[in-house]
Amino acid sequence: MSTAIASVFWAGTFLVLSALAVPWFLWGVAVTWFGLPVWLWWHVGWLVLTTAVFFVFTRTGWGIWSGVEA
Amino acid sequence: MSLAVQLGIVVGYLVLALGIGVVAYRVTTRSAEDYYLASRTLGTVVLLFTTFATLLSAFTFFGGPNISYRAGPEWILVMGLMDGVLFGILWYVIGFKQWVVGRAHDYVTLGEMLGDRFGSRGLRGLVAGISLFWLFPYVMLQQMGAGTALAGLTEGALPYWAGAGLVTLFMIVYVILAGMRGVAWTDTLQGLFMLGMIWAAMLWVLATVGGPEVLSEGLGTNAPEFLALGGGLYTPQFIISQAVGIAFGVTMFPQVNQRFFVGKSATVLKRSFTLWPVLVILLFVPAFLLGAWAKGLGVEVGESGNVLPVLLTQYAPGWFAALVIAGALAAMMSSSDSMLLSGSSYFTRDLYRPFVDPQVSDRREDWLGRVGVAVFAVAAFVASLFQPGTLIDIGSTAFGGFAQLALPVMVALYWRRTTRTGMLAGVGGSQAAYLASVFTSLLPSTIGGWDFTLVGMLIGLVLTVGVSWATHAAPDEDRTVYFEGLEAD
Repeated sequence: MSTAIASVFWAGTFLVLSALAVPWFLWGVAVTWFGLPVWLWWHVGWLVLTTAVFFVFTRTGWGIWSGVEA
Repeated sequence: MSLAVQLGIVVGYLVLALGIGVVAYRVTTRSAEDYYLASRTLGTVVLLFTTFATLLSAFTFFGGPNISYRAGPEWILVMGLMDGVLFGILWYVIGFKQWVVGRAHDYVTLGEMLGDRFGSRGLRGLVAGISLFWLFPYVMLQQMGAGTALAGLTEGALPYWAGAGLVTLFMIVYVILAGMRGVAWTDTLQGLFMLGMIWAAMLWVLATVGGPEVLSEGLGTNAPEFLALGGGLYTPQFIISQAVGIAFGVTMFPQVNQRFFVGKSATVLKRSFTLWPVLVILLFVPAFLLGAWAKGLGVEVGESGNVLPVLLTQYAPGWFAALVIAGALAAMMSSSDSMLLSGSSYFTRDLYRPFVDPQVSDRREDWLGRVGVAVFAVAAFVASLFQPGTLIDIGSTAFGGFAQLALPVMVALYWRRTTRTGMLAGVGGSQAAYLASVFTSLLPSTIGGWDFTLVGMLIGLVLTVGVSWATHAAPDEDRTVYFEGLEAD
């Protein structure tokens, strides 16, 4: 990826990670799985996904925006 | 359950923390960089856990579960979004850049980093002054948490003032002795301990009651609105305002911001950043679920009481409740010790040295830093005896105050055209607006459901960019500082 594309790609990725950490589409839903609200399961899963995405970022995107000479 | 056993557990824990401080003291040299930053040598496990334990305070054990108990478990989402996702991203965006710049120029504090770039003693002092203003009530809040917890545990045998005083005393001793290295080591122990305790507490309650299905049935009966996402306190505006305000605020808390400087290498930062979201969720889910479950179980908590100790007293043996309270003390001390150390460094480096005695010797600065820790802690302890306001009110006010600093700092780190006048306008203007909204009726505390914290941040951003755009750099500003000759390793 060129630096410009990578820059926009990672900004967009971080935005999506933030925007969907709360499952807005489950607003008002009270269904439970194994005794816990389904929206809580989403959130836990999302944070695990966030860790996976952060890992990929450290491998491929680290240094972006910072002006640091690699 | 005898008082002696309860006190034994708590005091044993305090002595262990002190012991670690003494070991760290033996390897600490007499320089400011070593005392405040452990010479920038922290590895992954210690950096991760010291940031974790520093960030998570008595609020995780008391304030947070109380909110879940009174308003529902959606607080997990607020804190997960705030801490796990937003803070993680900011750790890279602000923290990594600060780490690189800090290493290149040997900065110890945020004020020093800004003052040097903008050639401005005034900006340096302003940032330090604002930080100390918000930090002080927050340290007091931690001491209140400790006093209340110990009084509750011992049913008043150890009065509030004695509990708060005991913890303050232990902290003063090991922070003065050991500096950042000792604080970071004890934080690692404290972080692991509180994580272990909160999981044990959750499993204990689950085993006693008979599983999560029973608890959600209880919630369905006693508080059916708790299972549905949203409702009551939790509007989208509230969730976003809280999460964004606290996440940006945390990055400017002196004890967290200073941790941006201390990583040993880029590899350490990368590993810590990666593990962060999972570590956060491991703590918040059990802590705040316990608060919500207590509601379903029909646990009664007084108007100003804390739900977690009450729940454990009813559903777990006394020695176990004492261990969990020790976990809460760990959370509280690991935040306060770091706040004392950072508060002291802001005072000596950004106020005393530039404004009182620019020629201060290393030896005297070292001595002043340690005296500063004791003065700060004792003053906060005295204030905690009068207990002004409630835990949550004071806490959220401080977070909002720190959040006002974040956007001007980010603009400065990433935009070369930022000027000194722009920074002074952005930092000063946003603080003035936020203070007016909190302490006067000139400005509202919310606008259309959005917290004024966000409005103030926007004002700070517009002022920093707008005024920088309209003004020229002063002759003694150095634009290259954040942009040239930076290396990651």
